Amino acid sequence: MKEEKGGKKMCLAIPGKVLSLDGNKGIVEVGNMKREVFMHLVPDALVNEYVLVHAGCAIQMIDEEEAKITLDIFKELMENEIC
Amino acid sequence: MKFVDEFRNNEYSKKLVEKLNNISSEKINIMEVCGTHTMAIFRYGIRDVLPPNINLISGPGCPVCVTPQSYIDTAITLSEKKDVIIATFGDMMKVPGKKGSLSVKKAEGADVRIVYSPMDCLQMASQNPCKKIVFLSVGFETTAPMAAITIMEAKKNSISNLFFFTAHKIVPPAMEALVQDKELKIDGFLLPGHVCAIIGTKPYEFLSEDYYIPGVVTGFEPLDILQGLNTLVRLISKKDYRIENEYKRIVKAEGNPIALEYLNSVFNIVDSSWRGIGRIPNSGLEFNSKYEDFDALKHFKINYEEYDGSPGCKCGEILKGKIKPTDCPLFKKLCSPENPVGSCMVSSEGTCAAYYRYHKETK
Amino acid sequence: MSDKITLSHGSGGVQTNKLINEVFFKYFNNDILNQMNDAAQIDIDFKKLAFTTDSFVVNPIFFNGGNIGKLAVCGTVNDLAVSGAKPLYLTSAFIIEEGFSIEKLEEIVKSMAEEARIAGVKIVAGDTKVVEKGNVDGIYINTSGIGEIYENVNINCANARPGDVIIVNGTLGDHGMTIMCERNKLGLEGNLKSDCASLNSLVDTMLEAYDGIHVIRDATRGGIAAVLNEISEFSNVTIALDENAIPLKEEVKGATEMLGLDPLYIANEGKLCVFVPEAYAQKVLSAMRMHPHGLQAAIIGKVTEEMGQKVYLNTVVGGKRLVDMPSGIQLPRIC
Repeated sequence: MKEEKGGKKMCLAIPGKVLSLDGNKGIVEVGNMKREVFMHLVPDALVNEYVLVHAGCAIQMIDEEEAKITLDIFKELMENEIC
Repeated sequence: MKFVDEFRNNEYSKKLVEKLNNISSEKINIMEVCGTHTMAIFRYGIRDVLPPNINLISGPGCPVCVTPQSYIDTAITLSEKKDVIIATFGDMMKVPGKKGSLSVKKAEGADVRIVYSPMDCLQMASQNPCKKIVFLSVGFETTAPMAAITIMEAKKNSISNLFFFTAHKIVPPAMEALVQDKELKIDGFLLPGHVCAIIGTKPYEFLSEDYYIPGVVTGFEPLDILQGLNTLVRLISKKDYRIENEYKRIVKAEGNPIALEYLNSVFNIVDSSWRGIGRIPNSGLEFNSKYEDFDALKHFKINYEEYDGSPGCKCGEILKGKIKPTDCPLFKKLCSPENPVGSCMVSSEGTCAAYYRYHKETK
Repeated sequence: MSDKITLSHGSGGVQTNKLINEVFFKYFNNDILNQMNDAAQIDIDFKKLAFTTDSFVVNPIFFNGGNIGKLAVCGTVNDLAVSGAKPLYLTSAFIIEEGFSIEKLEEIVKSMAEEARIAGVKIVAGDTKVVEKGNVDGIYINTSGIGEIYENVNINCANARPGDVIIVNGTLGDHGMTIMCERNKLGLEGNLKSDCASLNSLVDTMLEAYDGIHVIRDATRGGIAAVLNEISEFSNVTIALDENAIPLKEEVKGATEMLGLDPLYIANEGKLCVFVPEAYAQKVLSAMRMHPHGLQAAIIGKVTEEMGQKVYLNTVVGGKRLVDMPSGIQLPRIC
């Protein structure tokens, strides 16, 4: 590894699943790894929902519906040969 | 990993590449203004699959890269003070100043510690009551809310040994400076998805309304980037000067109102110097007077004067997208990740670092 | 005996002998060591021997999946094995900080003995030094090893050829991420575990499947990227990897994504890469997958016909990305 620790990438954010909540903090899981994350910016997040985690803080909710719509668009692309 | 793996799908990406190569053959310049986009584009080899008429330019998307050298020099001065712990993101460690870097200072005995999140400073402050923690608070709109939360918690809990040395910047004014530059011709922007997650899409409307330049809010997985490029190239070819959102699962038009509330209650917008670009009005964030007790410059009575970077270093031209790193005479000769001259080479998101790591010629 | 190491334990006198008998000899028991000569006296009946040494300064000393002692045995055994040699005898030298817990030392020594038993090697000579508090971080270990080079086996870093298929014996980045997360207290919790293991019996299995294997190298510091770049340089070939084929544990994916790291550059301590002519690749792969240390063996790329020395990755998007030699400071004290 070139660098020693995280906090390097200013926009690096990764989706994670909220496992539990405790006031302003939550435990979020990314690829089987759990981390305590600050939830100040997503007070409405519920357990089992997905949030975007950046440098130890959840910065936005993930809209699962919109994700599905986007993936459906890609799927449709595969099925049509129209450009 | 959910919401990650699906957006790295092989088959879909190949289809999107095919689509992208069949829209237009007009020569166009597209700029991205996010270091994470710079890296992702290289990581996924996206430049390889672009049609030859698309010129992808990296703009000033790396907060460490655009921080003037005076900031590092002052941070080093602070690190030399008695009982000071410097808390910083990893990227700042190796940025070269006039007297070396924070990494060198650490090796010489200064207490410099890397943090993953600004909130880590709160614990550091309480665990080291006899020390003064100085957090090097840099970053764009994605990171600034966290600094805001941290300072609010510090004030709420009456923490008296935590100080902030800020250099936060906001992206849209820098983009406006670039589109006003006569030497640059930017046909469209890939807009930074995670900055938009915070500030929404409205701050970018000026591109379309005042300059007739389209922009597409783009995510960071390969499918996101390819979809963003597809939409942008289509808008450019149709002369449809709109701001479109292709990252809807994360970005809402209004952004994150709670994050914006934090920003508004804690920061003032000020003029700010961007290394290599110059002074840009209303492009920086400073903590407002409610938080002046946390201001490191005030506490340590430092008269801070800004100055730019090292002579000979072409980071400025590179940050504006006017030249590529390979055009800089120092690139790979005197300037490398082991011995960086400019911050574009040091930062893991810097354009020069990306080129150095991924863009070498065959031996 | 007190519960902490003192300077007198390293002075060569009564306390040293007590320590040797009550800790080292308790576990490192074998016919050669028990003779207690100043040098191990060994009968050998082969012509060519392989000889290697390695020092271990890993921090933390104990981690999920092992400890510095286990690493010290595996590391040297593996260096011999990937050189086409049967590991036979090891030495182990300890430099211990005054105040180190004897209970912890015993646990380390016990692990070393257990790993030596698994690997089929004997620890036949050793040394113990104790230094003042602060002059070493806990404990450092050096192991040297000799092995018998197999006849008719020609494994060399310079032997890779266009058309060779590249196989790894399992998931990458496990050791480095385990150490990083345990050391830096990044607040990441999960089932990260070092892959630290002796690979000599796996190498035997591979050579039994096909004795014409071109290259075997273990991928330690600098990750698979470092070792592939070395092979590319010494063999003067171009290596192409398939991003979709790189085996990674979910935990390593999650941790590296969160920290912005590239698993190709992260240290391993139980992984090797093999370069096999295409015709024999499936045979070697199947044999590996039958072995406990090769269950998740996978083909990750091949040597192409292209000119030049480089390693690149074919990305999920169909583009190419250079996988260059790691530079700068790696995570210190990873092994």
